[in-house]
Amino acid sequence: MKKNEELTKINHEQGSFVKPKENWGLEKETNNFANKVKLYRQGKLADDDFRRFRLQHGAYGSRLRPDYSMIRIKVPSGEITPEQLEKIATLSEAFSIGSAHVSTRQNIQLHWVQLEDVSEVMRGLVEVGLTTREACGNTVRNVMCSHFAGVCPNEVFDATPYSTAIAKFLLRNPMSQNLPRKFKINFGCCNKHGLVRIADIGLVPDLRDGKKGFRIYLGGGLGAASFIGHLLEDFTSEEQLLSTCMATIRLFDRLGNRDNMARNRMRYLVNEIGWEKFQKMVLKERAIVEMTVSEFTKNLYQVNFDDSYVPLKKSTKYNSLPIVETNISTTSNGYDRWLHTNVVPQKQENYFTIFITLGAGDITSSQLRSLALLIRKFSSESIARNTPQQNFAIRYIYNNDLPAVYKKLMAIGLANPGALTITSAVGCSGTTSCNLAITNSHRLAKEVQRTLLELGFDVDNDLRNSTIKISGCPNSCGQHEIATIGFFGGAARIENSMAPVYTMLFGGNGYEDEGKLGKAVMRVPAKRVIDVIKKIVELYKNEKSSSETLDMWIDRIINNNGNGNIKNMDDIKTLLTPVTQLPPFEEDQELYQDYGNDIKFVAKTARGECAA
Amino acid sequence: MCGLINLKNKKSQAKLKYDIQSKPKNVNVKSSNLKQQNQKQTNNTKTHSKGKGTIYKLPIVCDVETLRTLIRKKAARVVDVRRIEDYKKGHIPTAVSLPLANLLSNDSPEHIVKLLETLGIYDEMPVVVYDDTFGALAARVAWTFQYVGHENTSLLEMTYTNWKNLGLEIENRINKFPETTHSLKLNHSIYADATYVESIQNNPDKVLVDSRERLNFLSEHIPSAKNIPYTMLGNDRHILRSVDELKRFVENRGITQDSEIITYCGSVGTLSGLAFYALKLAGIKNIKLYSKSFKDWKALGKPKIEFKDANYWDLSAE
Repeated sequence: MKKNEELTKINHEQGSFVKPKENWGLEKETNNFANKVKLYRQGKLADDDFRRFRLQHGAYGSRLRPDYSMIRIKVPSGEITPEQLEKIATLSEAFSIGSAHVSTRQNIQLHWVQLEDVSEVMRGLVEVGLTTREACGNTVRNVMCSHFAGVCPNEVFDATPYSTAIAKFLLRNPMSQNLPRKFKINFGCCNKHGLVRIADIGLVPDLRDGKKGFRIYLGGGLGAASFIGHLLEDFTSEEQLLSTCMATIRLFDRLGNRDNMARNRMRYLVNEIGWEKFQKMVLKERAIVEMTVSEFTKNLYQVNFDDSYVPLKKSTKYNSLPIVETNISTTSNGYDRWLHTNVVPQKQENYFTIFITLGAGDITSSQLRSLALLIRKFSSESIARNTPQQNFAIRYIYNNDLPAVYKKLMAIGLANPGALTITSAVGCSGTTSCNLAITNSHRLAKEVQRTLLELGFDVDNDLRNSTIKISGCPNSCGQHEIATIGFFGGAARIENSMAPVYTMLFGGNGYEDEGKLGKAVMRVPAKRVIDVIKKIVELYKNEKSSSETLDMWIDRIINNNGNGNIKNMDDIKTLLTPVTQLPPFEEDQELYQDYGNDIKFVAKTARGECAA
Repeated sequence: MCGLINLKNKKSQAKLKYDIQSKPKNVNVKSSNLKQQNQKQTNNTKTHSKGKGTIYKLPIVCDVETLRTLIRKKAARVVDVRRIEDYKKGHIPTAVSLPLANLLSNDSPEHIVKLLETLGIYDEMPVVVYDDTFGALAARVAWTFQYVGHENTSLLEMTYTNWKNLGLEIENRINKFPETTHSLKLNHSIYADATYVESIQNNPDKVLVDSRERLNFLSEHIPSAKNIPYTMLGNDRHILRSVDELKRFVENRGITQDSEIITYCGSVGTLSGLAFYALKLAGIKNIKLYSKSFKDWKALGKPKIEFKDANYWDLSAE
């Protein structure tokens, strides 16, 4: 205890230990981008060529306005420094809309940047070591790593250095420049965090006879058709991490479908070839890689362990916070409620990870700046991690500092509770900026969050493990298929009028063990989604057995194992149907409009740019 | 390096509480065109000409050192355009108060000239304007002065808060100077109204620039306008970025130096006033301010472009 106090004191005085920073940026790319925009404007570059180039450099076309871009800033392993947050704040104010957006793949996105200013944003990002390179397009996208990696009580070792090394090896690597389609790599910490089963390559740290390695899953991914990744082999040693990744990418590059854009992710290839055959091919390809790849190439992969890091005593009582034992309710004071729903203990004794609750990933520039100051002052590692739940995780907060941290967060409007509960709804950008979107999933996620917090769902331990995730179209940027209750947007004719509707799915999760995709239940008009969620919780409360949580109960219904009044999906559909009904259009036109609109709903989309 | 080299006072330099080397290079660029001019004493009827041997020609943006020298030499009028309450709490030495609201309450050219005279400003007198609103209010006042014929007007490179934070001298006395006479020579070349803006539609050599924030622009704007939001123009230390940066922004947009530009914003021409000076700094010679801006355009029922196919306002975290 005393030793830790001493350490914290030192950390704070020295501005804390700073991890070695990777520099992902490359200045010449910014000038190159500016020149290409000029050539394009002068008509000297074909639309398709420019689009491919633009996407390769992380600028995605905005909804029905190709003259604006969404800039996707890669945040490898999700690690972001206070300086980087401050720079993003400044760049957003100058060239975007004064706010930034955390994505479900640990990127940070800036919306509605004029194409002519994209190079200026890139220039600023390079100054703080960030890049947008290969954030979109047919490339290896941002390499994710669980935000708990390094602090998770259940992990066997920290995957972060491996994740960062792989990201570094593949960035600007010729082998990842022109793949049949995008390629995603996710590192986990334990069998619960890291979304390893829904990536092209998912990796979980593992130990065999004291030797480090990984459980590697291949061919997972969400989209119009989704698949759960397959385990390649029992154990892959750390020495074979690079060759396994290279072999997989090479196979995909060689065999992947380059013709049919709708079916060219690696998961389709795996599905077509069949897992057992694909598995053999990967193992064979790995042998070839290991025999043929040069030392020079291998040396481009360097796992850097953080030696400046002072190992802290491992906690033996990490499973609970003092506050969790007490009963929390909506009448509890704000601090207790926040502690209960936004703070988790780390494996390092007396240290905690706190979560910043954002609304569908949105944060203003001024909040980013205040947050940067807070990270510098209170996080002993002095960085933040973006989470796939579109929040920030700030780790290594010393227990005595928690009240002060809460107070600071209150002052900047970032102390909302519920980050780790059902209230923290995920929402992709939807019709706020995406060409493919049919509905305003972004706003809906924020409305869901607001309503559920008002109802106090965050303090209900029965709902804690459940999740709500919303996409604005069948493509799964909002990861609706791994939600306890998921929604994806569409359009439907109701009572002779078009209305925004969501298809609701039950029972998905992104865990390593028993990871599974949600099952479609029924369609719900956008303006009835919140009512339906409330109704589900009401039905669950009436039906549940003593210690059963919402996600457990939903699992039982999906498997036709319900007892009482609701035995299966048909039963719950019958009970929910009345809630989904809309009165005739003439009686209440608003119910036929989407969130954020006061005009008649029309489904408008343009060509997506998920594929280059 | 600095146009005021002949006036530099080593002693006062040493008193500066910030590192002059750390200033970005644009500060020097801005001050380099400060020229000493011998005042032509042709019109002896003006009270101001007595004993005013040297008149300094100010650049578009006045750097701190230049202003401090001018203040010491009593060779410029400093105009504070913040609210009078703020002025009373403290201001840059020798500054007079002219809240923007006072100027806008009656912005007929005759009235503006009357204001200049009340503030003790004579025809060639160097005038430096500052505010605490990232330069936008100061820009609107400076433009108005130049519009009625007071060409020798400059913007202080930073806001009052920046000045104060640097530990530079402030005072709180209310400054008054003897009234002067000032001639009225309207500079039509920097003024635009709705009729003019309408006439340039579809003219590729004339560029209409909307300096409001991105989301306001996306919601609605004048047809053919390009968006250069005011948020791009400055940084946390300077109301306007370096010449190099501003030039690059303009060049990236494919706007050539010989284009004519008309700037506008939401209602009274403050944000577009700042854009006016930013573009001037970027080397554009021919710029006009549509001072009544979009509010006037809409009131006249002129056409506008709206973009309703995206819910971009819902990205706001407010």
